[in-house]
Amino acid sequence: MNPFNTLHGLVAPLDRANVDTDAIIPKQFLKSIKRSGFGPNAFDEWRYLDRGEPGVDCANRPINPDFVLNQARYQGASVLLTRENFGCGSSREHAPWALEDYGFRAIIAPSYADIFFNNCFKNGVLPIVLNADIVDRLFRETEASEDYRLTIDLAAQTVTTPSGEAIPFEVDGERKHRLLNGLDDIALTLQYTDKIKEYESRRKAEAAWLFA
Amino acid sequence: MTAPRTLYDKLWDAHVVHQEANGTALLYIDRHLVHEVTSPQAFEGLKLSGRKLWQAKTILATPDHNVPTTARAAGIVDPVSRTQVETLDANCAELGLNEFRMDDSRQGIVHVIGPEQGFTLPGTTLVCGDSHTSTHGAFGALAFGIGTSEVEHVLATQCLWQTKSKAMLVKVDGDLPAGVTAKDIALAIIGKIGTAGGTGYALEFGGEAIRALSMEGRMTLCNMAIEAGARAGMVAADEKTIAYVEGRPQAPKGADWEQAVAYWRTLHSDAGVVFDAIVELAAADIRPQVTWGTSPEMVLSVEDKVPNPADAPNAVKKADWERALAYMGLTAGTPINEITIDKAFIGSCTNSRIEDLREAAVVARWAVAQGRKVAGNVKLAMVVPGSGLVKAQAEAEGLDQDFVAAGFEWRDPGCSMCLAMNADRLEPGERCASTSNRNFEGRQGQGGRTHLVSPAMAAAAAVFGHFVDIREVLQ
Repeated sequence: MNPFNTLHGLVAPLDRANVDTDAIIPKQFLKSIKRSGFGPNAFDEWRYLDRGEPGVDCANRPINPDFVLNQARYQGASVLLTRENFGCGSSREHAPWALEDYGFRAIIAPSYADIFFNNCFKNGVLPIVLNADIVDRLFRETEASEDYRLTIDLAAQTVTTPSGEAIPFEVDGERKHRLLNGLDDIALTLQYTDKIKEYESRRKAEAAWLFA
Repeated sequence: MTAPRTLYDKLWDAHVVHQEANGTALLYIDRHLVHEVTSPQAFEGLKLSGRKLWQAKTILATPDHNVPTTARAAGIVDPVSRTQVETLDANCAELGLNEFRMDDSRQGIVHVIGPEQGFTLPGTTLVCGDSHTSTHGAFGALAFGIGTSEVEHVLATQCLWQTKSKAMLVKVDGDLPAGVTAKDIALAIIGKIGTAGGTGYALEFGGEAIRALSMEGRMTLCNMAIEAGARAGMVAADEKTIAYVEGRPQAPKGADWEQAVAYWRTLHSDAGVVFDAIVELAAADIRPQVTWGTSPEMVLSVEDKVPNPADAPNAVKKADWERALAYMGLTAGTPINEITIDKAFIGSCTNSRIEDLREAAVVARWAVAQGRKVAGNVKLAMVVPGSGLVKAQAEAEGLDQDFVAAGFEWRDPGCSMCLAMNADRLEPGERCASTSNRNFEGRQGQGGRTHLVSPAMAAAAAVFGHFVDIREVLQ
């Protein structure tokens, strides 16, 4: 996993609540057995005018000019600004894979669905929770000025606006540590191998049927 | 004396391997269901890192999302889907996992076969790379969906790092009216608390109406906990739970059975325990539900009319409703029972078990007795059983004949048009009465319009060509 330290990035506004993972990456692309290459199909049904199929070169597909991410001013965005309950629906990790592959390293929203939120941290994508009023204001600022960029400092837990205002955000300490260092969860967990085995022997004694 | 605990507390406490000071815990995972879509990258990750599988016996695998529901003997036509299923087969063979392959009579949707096999047991932690894993909470288990990185983590360590959720009691008291089902309870709850109402919570469903539900009804209800934003939903284990599990292929036997049952009888929230939140509904007030929009919270009763965005509670919701009406091709003020459909889908991990099929078959038999069939404007009405064993049971009861006589198609088991990863899908603009769980844009096919309903409501919509109040049909 890529570590996340600081990010100074262009912001793209996706002004919808309840954006679900089917919208982030439609089901037909889930047939891939790979972990990469989902970026061109992120938001496929909103982004293109035709029906997307796996294996088709997206460079030649008709673009939906009305979809916000297709606007010239948002090309190269690495911060996605959106509304509440982002990432609801299916557990597909293809959703953060697609966002990351598209170029987003951070998301800002008032709330997220639990599974999606969790999946982001496994893939070097930082989902930031800010209260709805602040998100509202960031929407206004993003739309008002071209090339609106935010600086995100994970260590300091701040989002800094172009005017220099530093907005603090909360993040779980353990998740922060792992993201800052790009740590592999499994390697860390395997350090607890003895405890896991100890638990198993205790459990075998009290609930043998689970191991039959 | 120990302090009273919720069911969720009991399940959590029994599985903590290691507790961090910040509240994060390493939880032991007893059962892991695996399907072809969310596992290939996890198996690959395990292999690339040179790590070993922790314990093969805790895993049950089957392909369900990509499998065809017709002409299965011919195999999967789509090469990309075929590769994914073959990859699952190869990974399971290599690691010695128990897999019900596509041609196995026990193959089916993971959330149908787990309970059916007695793989899902009360008191366990059960995970799957699939959000509808909440289904298994119906057994008094802690069951939740995970991403692919966590699938790999469980393969390698048998554990997951988790932060404990808050506990919410959803209490439904009183008796359900005739024609109103677990699906309607689920939709009514989501209508009340919203799709993010359960975020950060583990839900426990309780009250007289929940106790009165069959195990299959409880599975339908817990299945949709995730649509209320809760990763896990659960129901206390009781005699119905124990009777359902007894004798299933992977259920405990002999002395193990006695010991297990004694433990399972403790799997309920203690008297006097305090929940972080309580939501109450009166069963008698719940009417047959129909979603009208592109989120499960956009739901009304069949007696209602499509809402007007001008009446939305705030600006964000107003914009949501406007977009949903435009996508759904609906006009505010239209009575729900005047909405005509193009297709009907009876199936999915929400509503593809034998009781669901029986409820839908009642409508099919009624139609035939009336000299009616699936309405002329309905291009396709399909019934997709949740597993090979459900299919066989339905056929033994003659339900397949009832459906076929009324003009429904009788298919092979799988996820099918719930998410349309196989060939079963809506075309742009097509409107579907569906017993599945999500009405998101494009969920059942790009441009497709989904209305979520119970099995009997879907069957009745197929016969009338538009939504009807099932309570009137049943009279």
